Amino acid sequence: MSIKQKGSFGVAQIILFLSVAVLVVVVAVPVLLIFFNAFWADGQFNIEDVLMVLKQPDTYQALINSLIIAIGTTVGSTIVGTFFAWLVTRTDLPYKTFMKSMFLVPFMLPSFIGALAWKMLLSPNAGFINRYWMDTLGFSSPLFDIYSYLGIMIVEVMYLFPFVFIQVCGALERMDPTLEESARISGAGLLTITRKITIPLVLPSIISGALLVMLYSMAHFGTVAVLGIENGIFNIPTLIYQKIHQSAGSFESIRTGTVLSTVLVATAALIIWLQGKILSKGHYQIIGGKSFRPMELKLRGLRTPLFLFCLAYIGFTIVLPTIVIFLVGGLKTYGLAFTWENLSLDNYKFILFDYKVTKDAIFNSLSLGLGSAFITMFAGVMISYVIVKMRVKGKGILEFLGMLPFSVPGSVIALGVILAWSGKYGVNLYNTVWIILVAYIARYMAFSLRANSAALEQVHDSLIEASRSCGATMWQSLKDIVIPLVKPGMLAAFFLIFLPSLRELTVSIMLYSPTTRTIGVAIYTLNEDGETVVSAALAGIALILIILGQTIINRFTKKEGA
Amino acid sequence: MSYIRLVDVTKQFGKVTAVDKLNLEIEKGECFSMLGPSGCGKTTTLRMVAGFEDLSDGEVYVGDNLLSSPKKKYYLPPEKRNFGMVFQAFAVWPHLSVYENVAFPLRIRNVEAAEIDKRTTEALRATNLLKEANNSPANLSGGGKQRVALARALAINPDVMLLDEPLSSLDPHLREEMRFEIKDLQKKYGFSIMYVTHDQSEAMALSDRILVMKLGVVQQIDTPFNVYNNPANKFVFSFIGLSNFLNVNAANGKAFIAGSEVEIAGALAPKAEILGADGLTIATRPSEISFVSEGTPDSLRGVVTRKAFLGEIIDYQVKFGDQEIRVQKGRRDIGPEVGENCSVAFSRHFWYTGEE
Repeated sequence: MSIKQKGSFGVAQIILFLSVAVLVVVVAVPVLLIFFNAFWADGQFNIEDVLMVLKQPDTYQALINSLIIAIGTTVGSTIVGTFFAWLVTRTDLPYKTFMKSMFLVPFMLPSFIGALAWKMLLSPNAGFINRYWMDTLGFSSPLFDIYSYLGIMIVEVMYLFPFVFIQVCGALERMDPTLEESARISGAGLLTITRKITIPLVLPSIISGALLVMLYSMAHFGTVAVLGIENGIFNIPTLIYQKIHQSAGSFESIRTGTVLSTVLVATAALIIWLQGKILSKGHYQIIGGKSFRPMELKLRGLRTPLFLFCLAYIGFTIVLPTIVIFLVGGLKTYGLAFTWENLSLDNYKFILFDYKVTKDAIFNSLSLGLGSAFITMFAGVMISYVIVKMRVKGKGILEFLGMLPFSVPGSVIALGVILAWSGKYGVNLYNTVWIILVAYIARYMAFSLRANSAALEQVHDSLIEASRSCGATMWQSLKDIVIPLVKPGMLAAFFLIFLPSLRELTVSIMLYSPTTRTIGVAIYTLNEDGETVVSAALAGIALILIILGQTIINRFTKKEGA
Repeated sequence: MSYIRLVDVTKQFGKVTAVDKLNLEIEKGECFSMLGPSGCGKTTTLRMVAGFEDLSDGEVYVGDNLLSSPKKKYYLPPEKRNFGMVFQAFAVWPHLSVYENVAFPLRIRNVEAAEIDKRTTEALRATNLLKEANNSPANLSGGGKQRVALARALAINPDVMLLDEPLSSLDPHLREEMRFEIKDLQKKYGFSIMYVTHDQSEAMALSDRILVMKLGVVQQIDTPFNVYNNPANKFVFSFIGLSNFLNVNAANGKAFIAGSEVEIAGALAPKAEILGADGLTIATRPSEISFVSEGTPDSLRGVVTRKAFLGEIIDYQVKFGDQEIRVQKGRRDIGPEVGENCSVAFSRHFWYTGEE
């Protein structure tokens, strides 16, 4: 309809052109440059070289490591996530709502800070638990070595299992209870029903959650960087970082990086394709009509033990690491005992008011977060508008480009941004804060598109048509009708970008210069440099910022909903 | 002796009494419907018989066997009750084929393989599903899914079939067809049916007896004929079939339609002992009213305010003062036009007093 009218033709074209331009420059070019650099050597297409890179022992090992860690983490997260989901939706566990919200807390905590805490607790020689085990209990070897495949997997499970948990919870809650009741009246006991009816019906959700965990774990930087490097355990993202960081951008290391990135993108694409397939094909219509409360398994004698187990799990995986971070952050020197004389707020004062590195980092993270959130929010509305509301050719490409970063891991985006913006093509942003901003925009565009598209889909075409029939122009309709209606979606997009960028490490670690550290980079590098207490104090500040932010959002979204 | 027996069955959700001291006896092979508006406790009652809800008080028996009794601290779980049950939302399992859905209750009972096949095939044949045996029920229409649910309930050859609004998710045409299918299956297998519905025509068509319920309290238990023709109270009268109510006032020992000067006299007049009672109402059905010539004894004088031709019938609205009634006549019965005065006579009527 809009195409036929005078004036709107030009507007549509301009919006479309701008959207394509933003997406191509910010998202497509960096990713394409990765593939180009991987397969194009010495002026020709070259696949042998790619194989050569993959055959090198360290690259090969990194691929294997990524796979091992991803598989272990996925299996662990699936078991933990499904079990807790079943516990809080299908049993008479006490305080279920509280438990459910606690199991979602790891979603907002940065896993590398968790890894840092576990390093302090369980590093083989200095970890607090291991020291207690050996010094006080008198054992000759440490209780557990966190610098191991198992250690890395366990820590990743702690932070990634909510992906499975939230999917399975959703499926179990939405499932029509009569599906299980009809099995029961058919004569099946609760165990048989769980095995033959409930689990098969929620299996697509379990697998879909598991694949998400796989996707994140394959591309996961933080935990492996903190816990693996000590024993030489590298996965793909940490090896890319290592190569680029050590060689300061030599051709050879960039090449290895691009080849590894290609493998990562291919795996991610495969996983996302699989997930789409399972979700579209295997997703049964199991949502019920009138809803009676679903059957609750009476845990009877197991009720208290399982309740205590959940509390212990939450205490062990969420409370304990957080306390350790804050306590270590308060120590005068790392290694001292936790006594009142040794604890103070000096470190916190120091990093907030005196130490330039951390002051800069907090400033950088806040301004990068705000900047990228604003830009991405507005660009996202524009592009979503084209995708959802305009009937123009080629919008499929826009959709594909916009969602691309979902399958492109952070380290790959960072590498692509280095390739695109370090002077080779006329613009050199390397070593400035702008390169991180560009990378953030590329990385978070997909979040914004998703939130804004969802909001725009709620705005039915007839609302705009009604406004135009009242005499408003295209722009007036946008300004007075569409924008006010999609405002909640825009705000959601803003926070979906601002909060994660505060705790971001994977992208910025590849792009920082001494003056452009982010909070994540500062925590990581300070820790690497042995400044454990300062790094822990900064991590504590980061946790406070994140929890504050999340609380504000929760308040805000609740008000918005009411 | 009656087969299913509910004794003082009571269900409380917190402070709300969903079912209040329900006593009920259902014969073997009887089709028994529970009818009422939503929230009246009919589904809760069925679910207590099925075992999905605990009783707050009372006892449920089938034959000589006690199923639930909170007083005796006895409760037989639903999987041990050997009932067939069909739910409103079909509840067929999308991950199993039609055949496996129906065979499920037999497999659970560890019936031997040959017998499973025989009985599953028979249940599928009885419900016209043999062709679909190996398909996924997800691809069937609503009616097809509900047949699968019926076949699954039939497979164990139950003595009692619990049907929880099984036809409400189907379109009206299919609904009528399935009614007769259920009735035919019952004739063939001889099970007792406990049927929950909010659709009165469904209950009338299927049932040997109907229970009408309101807010957890039984209003009437009787045959469809008696429930329609001899309703126990105003609620039952209004719930089953179309109904007219006119408030009636008393003045000088005479009865008048409230808000008008139309006197209800002669054979139509209320008995002296209810004249002047609170909420005195005369109730009629639109089909049991006729237009008569002016001055006919016991007729009421009103004015036609609406006339609509509905095909088979003509629907009139007749006003007395500020109250009106509906009158339905056959399409050939040419009555008065809008705006004309008319006299109506009731071939049957009921008097009610009080709020309901």
